[in-house]
Amino acid sequence: MAYVPLADQDKDHELHDPHTFITKYIWSQDHKVIAIQYGGTAICVGLVALVLSMMMRLQLGFPDSFTLIDPSSYYQAVTMHGMIMVVYLLTALFLGGFGNYLIPLMCGARDMVFPFLNMLSFWVYLLSVLILMSSFFVTGGPTGAGWTLYPPQTITPGTPGHDTGILLMLISLGVFIIAFTMGGLNYVTTVLQARAKGLTMMRLPLSVWGILVATILGLFAFPALLVSAIMMTFDLTLGTSFFMPAIMAAGEQLDYNGGSPILFQHLFWFFGHPEVYIVALPAFGLVSDVLSTHARKNIFGYRMMVWAIIAIGGLSFVVWAHHMYVSGMNPYFGFFFATTTLIIAVPTAMKVYNWVLTLWEGDIRLNTPMLFAIGFVFTFIHGGLTGLFLGNVVIDLPLSDTYFVVAHFHMVMGVSPVLVLFASLYHWYPKITGRMMNETLGKVHFWCTFLGTYAIYLPMHYLGFLGVPRRYYAMGSTDFIPESAQALNANITLAALFVAAAQILFFINIFWSLRNGKPSGNNPWGATSLEWQTTETPPKHGNWGPDLPVVHRWAYDYSVPGYPQDFIPQNVPGDFGVSEDHDHDTEMKEGPLAK
Amino acid sequence: MSEAVASNLDTPKSGLPGLVNDWTADKQTYHVPWGKAMMWIFLVSDTFIFSCFLVGYMTVRMTTAEPWPLPTDVFALSMFGSDPIPLILIAIMTFILITSSGTMALAVNYGYRGDKRKTMYLMLATAALGASFVGMQVFEWSKLIGEGVRPWGNPWGAPQFGSVFFMVTGFHGLHVTGGVIYLAVVARKVAKGHYDKKGYEIVEIAGLYWHFVDLVWVFIFAFFYLW
Repeated sequence: MAYVPLADQDKDHELHDPHTFITKYIWSQDHKVIAIQYGGTAICVGLVALVLSMMMRLQLGFPDSFTLIDPSSYYQAVTMHGMIMVVYLLTALFLGGFGNYLIPLMCGARDMVFPFLNMLSFWVYLLSVLILMSSFFVTGGPTGAGWTLYPPQTITPGTPGHDTGILLMLISLGVFIIAFTMGGLNYVTTVLQARAKGLTMMRLPLSVWGILVATILGLFAFPALLVSAIMMTFDLTLGTSFFMPAIMAAGEQLDYNGGSPILFQHLFWFFGHPEVYIVALPAFGLVSDVLSTHARKNIFGYRMMVWAIIAIGGLSFVVWAHHMYVSGMNPYFGFFFATTTLIIAVPTAMKVYNWVLTLWEGDIRLNTPMLFAIGFVFTFIHGGLTGLFLGNVVIDLPLSDTYFVVAHFHMVMGVSPVLVLFASLYHWYPKITGRMMNETLGKVHFWCTFLGTYAIYLPMHYLGFLGVPRRYYAMGSTDFIPESAQALNANITLAALFVAAAQILFFINIFWSLRNGKPSGNNPWGATSLEWQTTETPPKHGNWGPDLPVVHRWAYDYSVPGYPQDFIPQNVPGDFGVSEDHDHDTEMKEGPLAK
Repeated sequence: MSEAVASNLDTPKSGLPGLVNDWTADKQTYHVPWGKAMMWIFLVSDTFIFSCFLVGYMTVRMTTAEPWPLPTDVFALSMFGSDPIPLILIAIMTFILITSSGTMALAVNYGYRGDKRKTMYLMLATAALGASFVGMQVFEWSKLIGEGVRPWGNPWGAPQFGSVFFMVTGFHGLHVTGGVIYLAVVARKVAKGHYDKKGYEIVEIAGLYWHFVDLVWVFIFAFFYLW
């Protein structure tokens, strides 16, 4: 029996239509509801991580002032902050949230290909979050081993949470990976197999490309984390020695021998480095669409952008050991991984140039999403450049355990993706709710956040050059660190408290606009991609009414000469002088892909 | 209208642009059902899991300070009063699993021909072979446990031997067990005529999973038992 693609199936193809409150909003199989559930959960758990970071900052800025924070709870805060932010907030919000919401809409599909599996994905994710949160309430508290969970320290007595907390962390990660796999298989299959008529992959918005490649990275990288979590669970509970060498702890010989702690680091970073791009690539994609829409210009070098995403995705699997220059591995590895690390900067830089060139001579509208998107370009260049420093072995060795690294990765994969998240939330909020967010509040929120993060992280680079070590609960009296470093630390803490407080504006805006925002209509920004062309906002279950959309052009026909509007939606037929084919062909002949 | 839709596809291109055009074509990338595409992606992901297990095994085998027990001695079995024959049980298990791949392939063929009875029986035969594989694994586990092999130690040398053995064969055994259940469920639905309208791709999708599990076993056999 020949298989009929989604776009060719007859229109009365049966769609289950939820009626009761429970099937509509709780056990919903609608990708839009699942996306909101994913996003809401991720933001809630992210707030927990934000509070933890404030605890750390209070201790660092004003040591000895807060009895609440002892060394153990400081390390527990460090660990949980890192793990929650990277895995449970950013991964879940970009892929589970925006991936779920945008993929079917941007692909012109009615839903994900397997809606039930998609629903299951969210509930299993929620379970993993609950398991993780439960570790705050067990004896010994959550694990304090650092977010990288390096053995042997993770398992040896003396590390906070070495009995129960770490076990809950490992189980939670395992459950999260199961949830991610169920969702991820859905996202990839939907993009590959369920696109609307005329929607070739080279006409997809870059958001979909970023999310697609990031999901593929996740499907190939999370297995390494799963395996290391399984092995560590056995080391912990059964007394195997996968990662544990013969070791003394607190004057006692532990019952381990012959394991390899470096093996854990390799497995962890084989997951950990692609994870950076699992977070970054969706951000790259989403920000491209926001920039192009609000600059009223086509994205510069679309094909180059797509290939850069793919190249970054591929390269991200061969750079992992640049996190391990100080681990004592073979120096020749350092040479290899430094080289690949510098190579991955090339496609990344291409993307940055293309964003800037997209803005060049654009009809830029400086509304809130655009401000956040441009802010991202700044912070990303900043964080990316320090990445070049740290990619080199000789520079990394002295800087590796200092605040320079903290500043680097917070700029590049903390602040930058979060700015994109804000840009995207402000940009797609009208589609999700049918109402605009308040511009004034949004702009105040932007400037507080953007300038505030610089006030936090720029001085940290300087602290790093001074040699202030990271991961320390308190500096004590250390000769090579001048007194003034403490003053700087206090200032950073004040800035951090200010930025955290500024986020309240965002939440006020979200809830206020839900009722009082200006009704947005279907396409408030004048955007071209399919999700803005639905007949109802927010789109009803099934997204498109009786007929699926048919796509006639790429997603970036902005300001086309000879067309009455300054944008042509993807589903409008006809040739208006400039089309993407022209653009592609010249790019093929003259661009970097020419032979 | 359809011309406009296919505008950038109707000029055939050669070389890299042509390849890209084929792969990024209209509507769907592969002309297969969703379930089949998804199963393939899942299997690639699962390959990474087993690869990580095997790489982890090789690493600890290198780092451990104690000698690695000889698989030929550990996995020897005396049958009918003979001297212990090295690897005989594993050889039989491997043979059974590979045979089950054959019956699975036949089931897929009969599925596409619409022969429900034969499809169901061949799938059940596959499941039965898989179940007997798991049964023999249980026998092997209990024999080794009886001889004192534990995840944290064994009488013959490196403690990692037992750790890796139980972890890797256990993880694979879980895959086989899941596959047996999966096959049984699909076979029942085949018999009930559940796929008459939808088509019998599901049999092939189940088959993909089953062949994958067999293929993984070949690698485990080569790297763990023969090395």
